[in-house]
Amino acid sequence: MKLANLNKLLNSELTTKIINSSIENDELVINSEINNLNSIILFLKSNNNCKFKQLIDIFAADYPNREKRFKIFYLFLSHEKNLRIKISCALDKNDKIPSITKIFPSANWMEREVFDMYGIQFKNHPDLRRILTDYNFKGFPLRKDFPLTGFNEVRYSEKDKKVIYEPVKLEQNYRDFDFSSPWEGTKYLKEINKKNQNE
Amino acid sequence: MNKQKKTMSLNFGPQHPAAHGVLRLILQLDGELVEKVDPHIGLLHRGTEKLIEHKTYTQALPYFDRLDYVAPMNQEHAFALATEKLLKIEVPIRAQYLRVIFCEIGRILSHLLNITTQALDVGALTPSLWGFEERETLMTFYERASGSRLHANYFRTGGVHQDVPMNLLKDIGEFCDNFPKTIDDLENLLTDNRIFKQRNVQIGIVTKEEALAHSFSGVMLRGSGVAWDLRKSQPYECYKNLDFKIPIGKNGDCYDRYLCRIEEMRESIKIIKQCLKKIPIGPIKTIDGKISPPTKEELKESMEALIHHFKLFTEGYRVPKGEVYSAVEAPKGEFGVYLIADGSNKPYRCKIRAPGFSHLQAMDYLLKGHMLADVPAVLGSLDIVFGEVDR
Repeated sequence: MKLANLNKLLNSELTTKIINSSIENDELVINSEINNLNSIILFLKSNNNCKFKQLIDIFAADYPNREKRFKIFYLFLSHEKNLRIKISCALDKNDKIPSITKIFPSANWMEREVFDMYGIQFKNHPDLRRILTDYNFKGFPLRKDFPLTGFNEVRYSEKDKKVIYEPVKLEQNYRDFDFSSPWEGTKYLKEINKKNQNE
Repeated sequence: MNKQKKTMSLNFGPQHPAAHGVLRLILQLDGELVEKVDPHIGLLHRGTEKLIEHKTYTQALPYFDRLDYVAPMNQEHAFALATEKLLKIEVPIRAQYLRVIFCEIGRILSHLLNITTQALDVGALTPSLWGFEERETLMTFYERASGSRLHANYFRTGGVHQDVPMNLLKDIGEFCDNFPKTIDDLENLLTDNRIFKQRNVQIGIVTKEEALAHSFSGVMLRGSGVAWDLRKSQPYECYKNLDFKIPIGKNGDCYDRYLCRIEEMRESIKIIKQCLKKIPIGPIKTIDGKISPPTKEELKESMEALIHHFKLFTEGYRVPKGEVYSAVEAPKGEFGVYLIADGSNKPYRCKIRAPGFSHLQAMDYLLKGHMLADVPAVLGSLDIVFGEVDR
């Protein structure tokens, strides 16, 4: 089955549960709302024409200027049909997403990572702890308003004979150069190559 | 007498030779039986995804070497493919073959390390000494192509950084002729070894369904009998022109996964040999001057080239707005990069999908009911590298 057919099938089966769906860069994307996420995912997993039995990844992206700040993505893979699909869903800072750990046990850590990095909460998650950051870490590092250099640094203090946390002190601030320019480049290399070929 | 069941909690790692890096496991033990495993990861977290958001596409690429540092070029490949997909550029054929050759070398590098350290974890020292000698040779090939043994930064958007030096391909061919002998030697030591079998057969069994449900990929999936390899099922680069087999396990235990890895190394050698035969002479990166920098010779002669060189290494190229997911069959499983580009010279968001992350997550399920001594054996067969798990 081709992506276009799958797109049609999903639109006719799920109708109102989907906001819209499109094929970009040979990838099928479904936009949906938080409340419909679980039923869509269940459908994708169990329907005979889909069989998306493997969850590839869950992750989020931060768009601070949008009305709904975060966007969460689910990637699925169907081995039987050799297809991939992507579900995306916009959400507010305070929205709670239903956890899909019951449907896919591997969602556990992926959701923990999203929580760790963005502070997005999951409903009915069995064990929503931080996962990648340090014990007692504060803040959500992948949000766009979190500075690249962070807030605290760690070192071993010879005086106290233990590892201590201190506010970050830099000799020089992180420099983020703005290189944007109207430069578009030319195709001169192509022209040279053509010339060489002609000779 | 009141008999109460007492569980003991044991802290395994973060500094433990069999933890393959910095892994901390909190084990709940009933005597010697494992009841619960709680892996604590993130001790090697470097914020790669955050850093990439602040770098241009050219600068972001070297971070991928530092993920799975055992097979660096396979990671670069995923990122290069993602940007190429967004830029809609084609990679010259010679570059495609070069990429495949080095990806397969990476696969051998990774499997050699995994097989030998897994043997080390269950008590065999010799394989690691033999395997590491071959790894050294392979890393010399990396060095000759890119100038660096580990952090190669060799694959670039649109091709590879530079053409391989003279005789390198010939030497790789020679290696391919001799290497099967080493695999045979390793197999002599391990495959029928009584102790190795006792420690691995019927340990850490994964069924087909469970492998899918736990998002396993790569050897972890194939060891359980699922015929799935991205090089075959969703071919990228020139894999569709190459003839190779996908070894599949039967029982889904640690021993089958070991056998799969051995066979995959043999298949990789076959792939490299075919590539060496088929590789044409030609350009090694796209000729689009907006993306690939000019050559040194052009720099000396052309003012335009000098400007381009400067602009490409300061501002970098701009990638059109869009979102793309590209995955490669890395030695450890499906390694994917999800790229969100906003039309500027830096990625807006780059999510790295590391296979080891989901494999490690299944530790609790895999080890429940096993003995404490099986922990290193199962961990070894999962093929964990913390560079990619923690990112």
